[in-house]
Amino acid sequence: MTSALVPLPVALPLLGAGLSLVLGQHPRIQRWVSITVLLAIVGVAGVLLVQADRSGPQVQWVGGWPETLGIVLVADRLAALMLLISALVTLAVLLYSIGQGMTEDDEGAPLSVYHPTFLVLVAGVANAFLAGDLFNLFVSFEMLLFASYVLLTLGGTAARVRAGTIYVLVNLLSSMLFLISIAVVYAATGTLTLAHLADRIADLPDHVSLMLQLLLLTTFCIKAAVFPLSFWLPDSYPTAPAPVTAVFAGLLTKVGVYAILRMQTLLFPESPLTGLLLWAALLTLLVGILGAIAQSDIKRMLSFTLVSHIGYLVLGIALANRAGVSGTIFYIVHHITVQTALFLVVGLVERRAGSTSLLRIGGLARLAPLLGVLFFIPAMNLAGIPPFSGFIGKVGLLQGAQQQGTWLAWVLVAGGVVTSLLTLYAVAKTWAVAFWRTPEQAHEAWQEAGSVVAEAAEQEQGGGRGRRRARGAGAARSHHPDSPGGLVSSTDLEEVRALRDEDTPVRDLHQLIEAGEDTRTMPISMVGPTAGLVALSVALTVVAGPLFAYTDRAADDLLDRTAYVQAVLPEGAP
Amino acid sequence: MSVNLALVLIAAGLMGCGTYLILERSLSRVLVGLVVMGNGVSLSFLVAGGRNGAAPVLDETAPTEPLADPLPQAMVLTAIVIMLATTAFVLAMAYRSWQLNGHDDVQDDVEDATIRRLADADVTSEAYSAVTDTEPEGDDPRQGAPAPDDRRAER
Repeated sequence: MTSALVPLPVALPLLGAGLSLVLGQHPRIQRWVSITVLLAIVGVAGVLLVQADRSGPQVQWVGGWPETLGIVLVADRLAALMLLISALVTLAVLLYSIGQGMTEDDEGAPLSVYHPTFLVLVAGVANAFLAGDLFNLFVSFEMLLFASYVLLTLGGTAARVRAGTIYVLVNLLSSMLFLISIAVVYAATGTLTLAHLADRIADLPDHVSLMLQLLLLTTFCIKAAVFPLSFWLPDSYPTAPAPVTAVFAGLLTKVGVYAILRMQTLLFPESPLTGLLLWAALLTLLVGILGAIAQSDIKRMLSFTLVSHIGYLVLGIALANRAGVSGTIFYIVHHITVQTALFLVVGLVERRAGSTSLLRIGGLARLAPLLGVLFFIPAMNLAGIPPFSGFIGKVGLLQGAQQQGTWLAWVLVAGGVVTSLLTLYAVAKTWAVAFWRTPEQAHEAWQEAGSVVAEAAEQEQGGGRGRRRARGAGAARSHHPDSPGGLVSSTDLEEVRALRDEDTPVRDLHQLIEAGEDTRTMPISMVGPTAGLVALSVALTVVAGPLFAYTDRAADDLLDRTAYVQAVLPEGAP
Repeated sequence: MSVNLALVLIAAGLMGCGTYLILERSLSRVLVGLVVMGNGVSLSFLVAGGRNGAAPVLDETAPTEPLADPLPQAMVLTAIVIMLATTAFVLAMAYRSWQLNGHDDVQDDVEDATIRRLADADVTSEAYSAVTDTEPEGDDPRQGAPAPDDRRAER
C-alpha cells in the first residue's frame, strides 16, 4: 500500500539539518528546529506503526523511476516499530544534550555543528530502517556513520581523536566490504531491490548464495559488533560526550542487527547458517560479559555489556523460528531503551562525581539518591530481574531456543542464563562500589592503586622489568611481544606517560568534597529526559502483552515474506 | 555473463595493495590504502555491470547497439562522492592527531593499558575487595599498607 508518509522520517531531519546549519548563529532557534523535527518524526512513526499493523507494509517508490530500478522505502511492522522507538530515544537524548549545554560550552567545540549532525544521524538511522534496496541501505549506513564520525570526535581532544581513529577505520573497512558485497550481489542477480532479490536469490546455485550471505553477514556483523568483530566498540564509544555515547550505544549497533535480521529472513530463508550464528551468539554473550566484569570504568563496563547483549539478538535471529524472531524484536526495543538510559545516567554520574572510574567514586546513593534510583532500575532491567522487560525478552528468546531443541540451542540457553547472572554481577558491583561505599573508602583504594601503577610504570620506564615479581613480569612480557629483550617500546613509554599525566590532575570524589567543589548541580533538563527514558523502559513491562503480540505478528510477516514482497512489487517481479 | 579479465585482475591488485597499506600503523598510509582499495571496489562495480556497450543516453532515435548498464555507474558515482568526503575527514583527523601528538599513528587504548598495569601489579582486587571483602591472592612483598579489612576496623 502506497503511503506518502514513508519518506518523511528521512526527509524531515535532512531538511531540519540544513535549516539548523543556516541558523548556526541562533542557537535558540536551532534547538527548537531540532525538537520540532524529532517530535514530528515520533508522530509520523506512530501513524506508520498503526497503518502498517492494520493494512500491511507501507511502500513508497521515490523519484518516479520504474519499479525495481528506483529507490523504494518500505515501512512494515518491524521497520515502523524500530522507527518509533528510535525516534523516542533520540528525542530524549536531544533534550538531555540541550540540558547539558554541550551545544554551547563544550571544550571549545564547533558550536553550531552539533544539531545538524545529530539530525543527519537521525535521518541515516531512519533511512536504514526504511531502505528497500541494498544500495540505499549502504547510503543510509554512510549517512549515519559520517554523522557519528563527527559526533565522536567533537572538539578534537586527544582522547577523542584516538578513539575516533579506530572507529572510523573499522567502519570504513566495513563500508568497503559492503560495497564489494553489493557489487557481487548485483553481478549475480542483476538487481538490488530486496523484494526482487528475495525472488532471485532462490534460483542461484547454492555456493553462490552462500558466498553472498557470508559477505553480507560479515559486513553487518562488524556494524552490529558480533563477537569476533566486536573489539572496536569498547575502545571507541566511552570517550565521546555522554549523550553521543548514549545514542550510539542505543541505535547504531541495533541498525546492524536490524540489517542482519532483515537479510536473514527476507533473502536467505532457506539457509540461515544456524550453527555458525549460534556459536557467534554464544561467544558474543560470554566474551562480552567477561570483558565487562574486568572493567574499572562504568562507561567501558556498559560498552562491554552492550556487546554481550548483542549475543541475545543474534541468538534469536539464528534460531529463525517464530518465537526467536519475535523475541529478538522485543529485545531490540528493550535494549535500545535501557542501554541509552544507562549511558545517560552515567553522564549524570560523571557530572556529579567528576569521574566514571570505579576507582575514584563512591557514596553516590547518599549524595544523590535520585541518581541511585535512576541507575538502579535500568541496571536491574538490563540484568533481567523478573518484573522488568529484560526478563520478558530473555524468556521469549530462551523459549525460542528451547523450541529449536538441538543440543547447541540448549547450550545457548545455558549461556544466556549465565550471561544474565554475570550481567547482574557486573551492575551489582558497580552499584556497590559507586553508590554504596563511602567516598573515603574510594579515596584510599584509589591512592593505593595509583601509587602501585606509578611504581610499576617507573620500573618499566627504567627498563628494569627483571626487578618485578616473577608473575607480573611474565604477564607483562606476554602482553608486549613487540618489545624484545626487555627493551620498552615507544608505544609503551607513551602509555606510561599518559598514565602518569592522568594521575596528577585528576582528583577523586573524596578530594572534590574536601575542596568543596562537588556542587555541580544536575539540572532538571538533564534529569528529566533521563527519567523519561527510564519510565519508558518500565512502561515496556506494562505494555509487554500487546507489544509481544505485535512482535509476534511482525515475526510472522518476516518469516512468511509474501506480505513484504507483494506490497513492494504488486504486479510480481519482472 | 562474460567478464573482462583485465578489469578483474586490476581490481584484485588494487584491493591487495590497499589491504597491505591498511595494515600499517600510520594513519596517512592507512588512508592511502583505503583510497586504493576504494578504486579497486569501483572497478569491480564496472565488472558487475556486465559487457560494455553504448553510452546509456536515451533519445528519440532507437539505439543501434546494446547499451551499457547505467545502474552500476550511478552506484560508483555515489560511492566515489562518499569516498571523497571520507578521505577529507580522515585527512583532517590525521592532521589533528599530528598536531596533538607529533605523529599520526593509530594509538593503543590508555584505559586498556591501565587495566593491564593494574593486573600486572596485582591491585585490581583492591578495588573489588571493598565489595567482596576478600584478600588479594598470594603473598605480596610490596604490601606495606594494611589490608582493607583492617583499615575499616581502624576507623
